[in-house]
Amino acid sequence: MEKRDVAILGVGMTKFGYHPDKSLAELFAEAFFEAFEESNIELKDIEALYFGNFVGEMTDGSANLGGFVADEIGLKGIPARRYEAACASSSVAFREAYYAIATGIYDCVVVGGSERLYNAGTAIGTRALATAVDGVYEITAGLTFPGVFALAARLYSKKYEIPLDKLREKMAMVSIKNHKYGAINPKSQFYNKFGDLKVEDVLNSKMICSPLTLFDCCPMTDGASAVILTTADKAEDLIDTPVYVLGTGQSSAGALFRQKEDMIRAIPRKISSEMAYKEAGLTPKDIDFVEIHDCFTIAEIIASEAMGFFEYGKGADAVAEGVTSIDGDLPINPDGGLIGKGHPVGATGTAQIYTVAKILRNEYKYNPVKDAEIGMTDTLGGDFGTLVNIILGIHRRR
Amino acid sequence: MFKEFFDALLEGKVLGIKCKDCNSYSILKSTCDNCGSRNVEKVELSNKGIITTFTTTYVAPAGYDKECPYVVAFVELEEGCWLVGRLDIDAKLADEMGQDLIGKEVEIYGKEFPNEPYYPDKKRRVVPMFKLVS
Ligand SMILES: [Zn+2]
Repeated sequence: MEKRDVAILGVGMTKFGYHPDKSLAELFAEAFFEAFEESNIELKDIEALYFGNFVGEMTDGSANLGGFVADEIGLKGIPARRYEAACASSSVAFREAYYAIATGIYDCVVVGGSERLYNAGTAIGTRALATAVDGVYEITAGLTFPGVFALAARLYSKKYEIPLDKLREKMAMVSIKNHKYGAINPKSQFYNKFGDLKVEDVLNSKMICSPLTLFDCCPMTDGASAVILTTADKAEDLIDTPVYVLGTGQSSAGALFRQKEDMIRAIPRKISSEMAYKEAGLTPKDIDFVEIHDCFTIAEIIASEAMGFFEYGKGADAVAEGVTSIDGDLPINPDGGLIGKGHPVGATGTAQIYTVAKILRNEYKYNPVKDAEIGMTDTLGGDFGTLVNIILGIHRRR
Repeated sequence: MFKEFFDALLEGKVLGIKCKDCNSYSILKSTCDNCGSRNVEKVELSNKGIITTFTTTYVAPAGYDKECPYVVAFVELEEGCWLVGRLDIDAKLADEMGQDLIGKEVEIYGKEFPNEPYYPDKKRRVVPMFKLVS
C-alpha cells in the first residue's frame, strides 16, 4: 500500500514538575491548546485522539481516559483511546496516529499524553513504575526501575572491562550534561536548578540502587504533551514550517532476566531503530541530534550504542569526550532529557517530539542545534519491553 | 503455571523447560525464550548458579519498603538460563564486596514474604533466594 507523507502541524507541552491542582485531562488540555493555537486548523478538523498514559489507575484512580480527555479539549464524540506502554505510551500512540494518517484512515488527529507521578508520592510512584517490570518473577524480588539500570550498569562494567568507579564517573557526565541543558529550559522540572553539577555531586548524592545515586536517575514528574498530525500536503497549505515524519520503528521484549546479557545491548532498540532508519532511507550518520530515553545515566549510554551511533562499550567514552554535548558531533538531549527536564511517563514520548520539532523549526532558543535538519527520538517502555524510534526532518522523505 | 514454579522452589527445586527444537533452557514458560517454540518439555533445572549482576535497593516500592534495603541479583544457572531473585546477604556487605560478587556461586531456594495488594498471587508471595556457597 502506498503511504502518504505525514507532517506535524503543531506541538504543545506543559511545564514539567509538580501539578497538584490539575487532573490528567486538565493537564493534557493545556498542552493540546498550545499545539492547537499554532496549527491553523479548526477544532472540528481533528478526527481522533490518541492518548498516552501509563498509570492513571494508581496515581489518580482513573482509567478509560480517552473519552474524558477528548471531552476536556472540546472534542466530545470523536474516537478516542488510551495507549499504555509504560514510558513509551505516547510514542506508541504517535506511531499508531502516524499510520492512521499515512494509510488514509484519518486526515488530522491529535496525539499526546499526560501523567502525574510527582503528585502521587515516591512510594506509590515507585510501585506504579514497577508495574512495568515482569509482574511475577521480577516484582516479587522487589526489582524497581532504578534497579533495572543498576543491574545493567554493573553488567556493563563487567562485560566491557571498565572499572565500576571509572564507569560511574562517565555516567556522572551524562547527568551533568543533561542537568546543564535542563536548567536553561523554562519548561523543565529543574529549570534554574542543578545547572552546574560536579562529578562528586553525582557520585555522592543519595544511593538509590547501587551503583545508581539520585542524580543518576530522572525525577518523578507531572506533565503533559500534545502533537497535531496531518498529511504533508495539508500541512504545507496550512503552516510555514511543517516537520515531516520520515521513519518510525517499534519492537518488544519479555522479562529482563530472560534477555540475559542482551540487556546491555538493548536488542529491541536495535531492531526498532533499524526499522526507522530503513523507512526513512537514512543511516545513523544522517541524524543531526537525538532525544534519547535517559531515564538513568547508564540508559542513555546503552541507548546511544544500540541505535548505532557508537560501538558497543564505547558510548560511555563518547559522553566523556563531549561527542554528545550540544557542540559535539551528535548532541543528545539538548532540552535536558528525562534527567534534566523530567519524566511524566505517558507524556514523555510526545514531549521528545515537541523538542525535536521546535529545534528543527529553529524555535528552540535555549539550546539550539546548529543547522539541524534531521532529528530522532528514542523512547523505552519498561525494561526493553517496548521500544519506539521516530525520525523527523524539515524536508520530505526522499 | 507460576504457582507450580513457586511450589517447587519452596522445595528447593528450580523448574524450567528444555526446547526440543533448539536445545536451550528457559525458566518455566509456555514457549522457549530463545526460539519461541512450543515443542518444549518441563525439566528440573540445577539449583546452583553464578551471580551475573546485582543491585542493593535503598528505595523500595510501596509493599516492599519493610524489606528494604535488599539485594536483587541475576543468576546464571548451569543450563545457561538466568533467574532473578534476592541475594541472601546483608545489604552493606553486598555493597562492600561490590563487583567482586559477580561470578560467585550461589544455591537457590524459595522463601515466603508478606504479600502486597498488586501481586498476581493473592495467597502468598515467594521470592527466589540466592545463598552464597562458601
Ligand atoms: Zn527453542
